[in-house]
Amino acid sequence: MKRPQLERPALLKARGIQRLYGPGKGCEEIDFTLHQGEVLGIVGESGSGKSTLLRVLSGLEKPDQGQVIYHPAEQGCAGVAGSDAELDLYAISEARRRALLRMEWGLVHQNPRDGLRLGVSAGANVGERLMAMGQRHYGELRAAGQDWMSRVELDPERIDDAPQTFSGGMQQRLQIARTLVTQPRLVFMDEPTGGLDVSVQARLLDMLRTLTRELGLSVILVTHDLAVARLLAHRLMVMRRGRVVEAGLTDQILDDPQHPYTQLLVSSVLTP
Amino acid sequence: MIANSSIADAAQGEASGYNFAYLDEQTKRMIRRALLKAVAIPGYQVPFGGREMPMPYGWGTGGMQLTASVLGADDTLKVIDQGADDTTNAVSIRAFFERVAGVETTTATGEASVIQTRHRIPEKTLRADQILIFQVPIPEPLRFIEPSEEETRVMHALEEYGVMHVKLYEDIAHHGHIATTYAYPVKVDGRYVMDPSPIPKFDNPKLHMSEALMLFGAGREKRLYAIPPHTRVESLDFEDHPFEIQAWEQPCAICGATDSYLDEVITDDQGGRMFVCSDTDYCNTRREDMA
Repeated sequence: MKRPQLERPALLKARGIQRLYGPGKGCEEIDFTLHQGEVLGIVGESGSGKSTLLRVLSGLEKPDQGQVIYHPAEQGCAGVAGSDAELDLYAISEARRRALLRMEWGLVHQNPRDGLRLGVSAGANVGERLMAMGQRHYGELRAAGQDWMSRVELDPERIDDAPQTFSGGMQQRLQIARTLVTQPRLVFMDEPTGGLDVSVQARLLDMLRTLTRELGLSVILVTHDLAVARLLAHRLMVMRRGRVVEAGLTDQILDDPQHPYTQLLVSSVLTP
Repeated sequence: MIANSSIADAAQGEASGYNFAYLDEQTKRMIRRALLKAVAIPGYQVPFGGREMPMPYGWGTGGMQLTASVLGADDTLKVIDQGADDTTNAVSIRAFFERVAGVETTTATGEASVIQTRHRIPEKTLRADQILIFQVPIPEPLRFIEPSEEETRVMHALEEYGVMHVKLYEDIAHHGHIATTYAYPVKVDGRYVMDPSPIPKFDNPKLHMSEALMLFGAGREKRLYAIPPHTRVESLDFEDHPFEIQAWEQPCAICGATDSYLDEVITDDQGGRMFVCSDTDYCNTRREDMA
C-alpha cells in the first residue's frame, strides 16, 4: 500500500533572521520552515516588519544575522521530493542568487507599477522572463503571452496594449501572469490585493487560490488583511514590532487566538 | 600606428603651441591603456578620463580623443560623416587634425590608415593595417530599458541580456517586423551585448570578422570599447524573425551600385527624388572606374 507523504519536504528555512534599521524597527529572531506547496501568510500591522522580512527572504536585502536556506529543485524530479542540497541564500554568489530569483522564484509587488515594465506592451511584459531564460522564438513567446493572459482572466486580444491602459486590478493580474509564466516554485507576494476594491479583490483572490492549487505553488504572502489571509494561507505568522508573536494554522489562529495582540487584531476586523 | 615616443617633436603641425594631435602625452597614454583593456575584452565598455575638446559634446569628442591617441606622424587620416567626406563634421575634424597634428589626410578609403567615422562603415572592405574609429553618442545598449547605470553594469557582468529581446519583441508586436534600423544591438564574441553606434543595420555584417581594428569612443559618457580584428559579431534576433539588412528596389542613381547603402535625396518640391550612395568615396571611385 502506498502511504501518503505526511511531511512535505522543506523548501525554504529561515534561521534566526535579524534585520534592524533601529531598535524595534525591522525584524528579529525569525525562525520558520516553509514546506512545498504551502501558502504561508505573514500578518501584522503597518511597521511590524512584514515587508522587511519579505525583502530578506526574497534575496533583496542582506540580513544582519541569520540564514535563509533554500532547497533548489533537483533536475528531473522537481516537485517529487526536495533535494538534500541546501543553498544559503546570502552565501552564494550574486549571479546565482539573481538566477534563482529569475528562474525558480517570483515576486509580486503591492503596486503593479513596480513589477511591470510600463513602457512596453502586455505581451512583452509576460514574455520578459521567458526571454531572460533564453526563449528566442517570437511565435512561441506570443502564444505563451496569450495563454497566460487568458489564465489570469485578461482578454488575450489586448496583448499589444500598454499596461497603462489597464485598470488597477488588470495590472495586478498582468503582474501575476508575468511572474508565473516561468512556472516558479516559490512566489513572494507583498499585499497582492492592496489598493483594489472589494469585488475586484474577491475575483483576484479566487484566481490566486485556483492557480496556487493547480500549479502546486509555494507562496509567502504578506498582508495586513486577515480576510485575505483566511482565504489563501494554510499557515499564519503574526508579527508585531519586528517579532513573531504567534504562529500556527490559519483557522487555529483566527478562531482561537492566544496572544493578546492577535486577539486584538482578530477582534478589530470590520464586519459589514 | 604610434611611431615612437618622440612623436611630440616629430611633427610640427600648422598650429604652434599645441602638443602633437592636441592632447598631451599623459592623456594619450591613459587613453591607450584603456584601449588595450577594451581590445582585451571585446565589447566591454571601459571608462576613461575624457577630456574637453574644442567642440561641443555630441559632435564626436569621443572619437576625436581616440583618433588623437592612436595617430602617428606618418598616418593618413580620413574622416567621414554619414558616409560623406564633405559634410560639416567631417570637414572640421579633418581640418582640426591637419592643423594640430600635421598629418596627411585623404578621402580615399584605401589610402587611409586611420578612419574616424560617424554613422557609417565604408563600403570598401577594410584591411588589417587600418583602424576604424566610431563616434558614439550613447554607449550603453541597455540604457533605454534600464535607466540605472549601476543596474546595467550588473546586467553586463552577469550576462542578463533578456531585456534586449523585449525591445525587439515590441518592434515585431507593433510593426510586424524588427523596426530597429540603426544602432542595432550586437553580441560581441558571444559575450557582451554592444551598441554599434548609430550605424545603419546594413553595416552590422561588416563588423563580423573584420580585418581592421574597430574602436568606439563616447566623449560625454567617457566610455570606450573595441572590436579586435577577426571577432564574431552577431546581431540579435528571433528564430522566426531573423536579422535582415535594408534593401533598395533601385541602384544608385549616380554610379549604379546595387550593393551599397543608399540615401534618399529630394531634388525638387514636385516630389522628385533620387537614391544615391551614402559613401561618397565609393560612389566617386566607381564613376572614375567606369569613365
